[in-house]
Amino acid sequence: MPETLVKSPDREFTVEERSQAQLVFRRFLQHRAAVVSLCVFVVLILLAYVGGWLWKYDAGQYTPDNSVPPSWDHPFGTDSAGRDQFAQVLRGTRISLQVSVSVAILATLVGTLWGSVAGYFGGWVDTLMMRISDLVLTLPLIAVAAMLAHNFGGSWYLIALVIAALYWAYVSRVARGVVLSLREKEFVEAAKALGASDTRIILRHLVPNALGSILVNLTILVALAILLETSLSYLGFGVTPPDTSLGLLVSEAQTALTTRPWLFYFPGLFIIIIALTINFIGDGLRDAFDPQQTKVRQ
Amino acid sequence: MLAFAVRRILYSIPVLIVASFIIFALGSASADPLAPLREKNPPAPQNVIDAETIRLHLDQPLLQRYFSWLGGIFTGDFGPSVVSTANIGADLGDRFLVTIRLIALAMVIALILAVVIGVLTAVKQYSKFDYTATFLGFLFLAMPAFWFAILLKQAGIEFNGLVGTQAIYTIGQASVPPPQGTGAYIADIIGHMILPTISLALISYAAWSRFTRASMLEVMNSDYVRLARAKGLTRRTVMVKHGLRTALIPLTTVTALDIASIIGGAVVTENVFQWKGMGDYLVNSIRMNDVYATASWLLIAATVVIAFNLIADLLYGVLDPRIRYA
Repeated sequence: MPETLVKSPDREFTVEERSQAQLVFRRFLQHRAAVVSLCVFVVLILLAYVGGWLWKYDAGQYTPDNSVPPSWDHPFGTDSAGRDQFAQVLRGTRISLQVSVSVAILATLVGTLWGSVAGYFGGWVDTLMMRISDLVLTLPLIAVAAMLAHNFGGSWYLIALVIAALYWAYVSRVARGVVLSLREKEFVEAAKALGASDTRIILRHLVPNALGSILVNLTILVALAILLETSLSYLGFGVTPPDTSLGLLVSEAQTALTTRPWLFYFPGLFIIIIALTINFIGDGLRDAFDPQQTKVRQ
Repeated sequence: MLAFAVRRILYSIPVLIVASFIIFALGSASADPLAPLREKNPPAPQNVIDAETIRLHLDQPLLQRYFSWLGGIFTGDFGPSVVSTANIGADLGDRFLVTIRLIALAMVIALILAVVIGVLTAVKQYSKFDYTATFLGFLFLAMPAFWFAILLKQAGIEFNGLVGTQAIYTIGQASVPPPQGTGAYIADIIGHMILPTISLALISYAAWSRFTRASMLEVMNSDYVRLARAKGLTRRTVMVKHGLRTALIPLTTVTALDIASIIGGAVVTENVFQWKGMGDYLVNSIRMNDVYATASWLLIAATVVIAFNLIADLLYGVLDPRIRYA
């Protein structure tokens, strides 16, 4: 018998012990689309934050080339004022990512706390808190966001605040559902029997177990927020010049669709790539966190 | 069931009233209807501003303004607009009729697409068709509504150029002036609806078809479907009579709950195709700081959303025999 197959007594069944995190990570790696998306997304972030800084043109810089189509010198062409569109798109990507990631994190923090407190305590606390969430959900997001952003907005962090102030209600519903199902589990009962406080149960037992669903939801939020931000910018209620975002770039380019189509296609393509890769990453995370997931994807 | 329905309807009323107050307070707090007058160059004379203050009830406290607005709605008066000749109620009524045909048709098309594609992808799971449809679904989920709409509009314009005549309408919700005769009038309206409806339907169907697929897969793997097959029923019968009927129940809820985002999509779509509908009205009202118009718009939207939630709850009880309301 070869040396390597000899196991110590506690390794009798030749099954290696793996932590929850390792399991999740291995399952995530099996989702090919998610892994590819994650790579593309990381490249995109590097491109936006490092590439924009290394690129020979600045986003606001006027070059002598007006309205030139894509070439080696200007991979995405230039606009009528001679600004390099590649630099502009990278700057827009930066702002759009900042908005959407801030929205996702803010809304997730507030929504998770709100939903888990409501779900954990139940009774009238639950009813009251969820009615407030429901109220927020009855309003068409884009309309309220446009109304608020028209007078409070303009810069990217204010837009992020406005969008997050509406999205947390979605998160709170998801978080509450998860907590409701976890609350009845035996390990919570055991923790209670051992005398754990409510705070400890929520923070140490409920939140870590709900992390999977919350993380999946966070990725969906990033994608939703980036689309909402672009729509707002398109309607003229989002980020305003001199700031820029991918949505603003597209809306500025729509009148030049026939004469300078590159101005319209590249920022739109970046929006789609960001939203698409994030959705795939979310899909991969969902499969990876699902404890019932046993089947390996073909 | 009837008791549940009555209780559920009664419960919607306070929700709507609280929503209306939040809408009004948010609108009043976030916009100053007099700002455009003050920022005008040269600035409007003080007596004009004073007159506008009184006409727009801005001299009254917020609560009083709110109650007179809410009370007025029952008599069809949606409050004074910053455009002194405009009647908010009448304008919103006209535009509601324009937008509702876009939303209704787009929803029907999106639902049919979602069910057909969702069922086919579930039945042929992991086939080439499944992968293609899944990828397309993800693509539409990731596409900004207005970007796709602008592309469609451009395609329409180029198609017209190719044919050499106005084969597809790309601007507006109807011709101005409208053509003579009922038949021509209806044809004109339908012609204008083609591109916006396709655009809104394709943007909306993706999430629903993913949902149908997941729920169909779940049902097809359940014990009672296996039992039905074991009893000797054909795959087709089991699929349609046992599988689909059950799988579609949760879809009704999801569709109804998505109405708010469809209204949002319609706002953007209308803007691209320059429809004079609710979306255009909202954008203009917000730009002009027309607080009463914006609040009235939001109130109508909230009413529609609450009504759809109500319908979803009631339908769920009718469709799912397991749910009984005591």
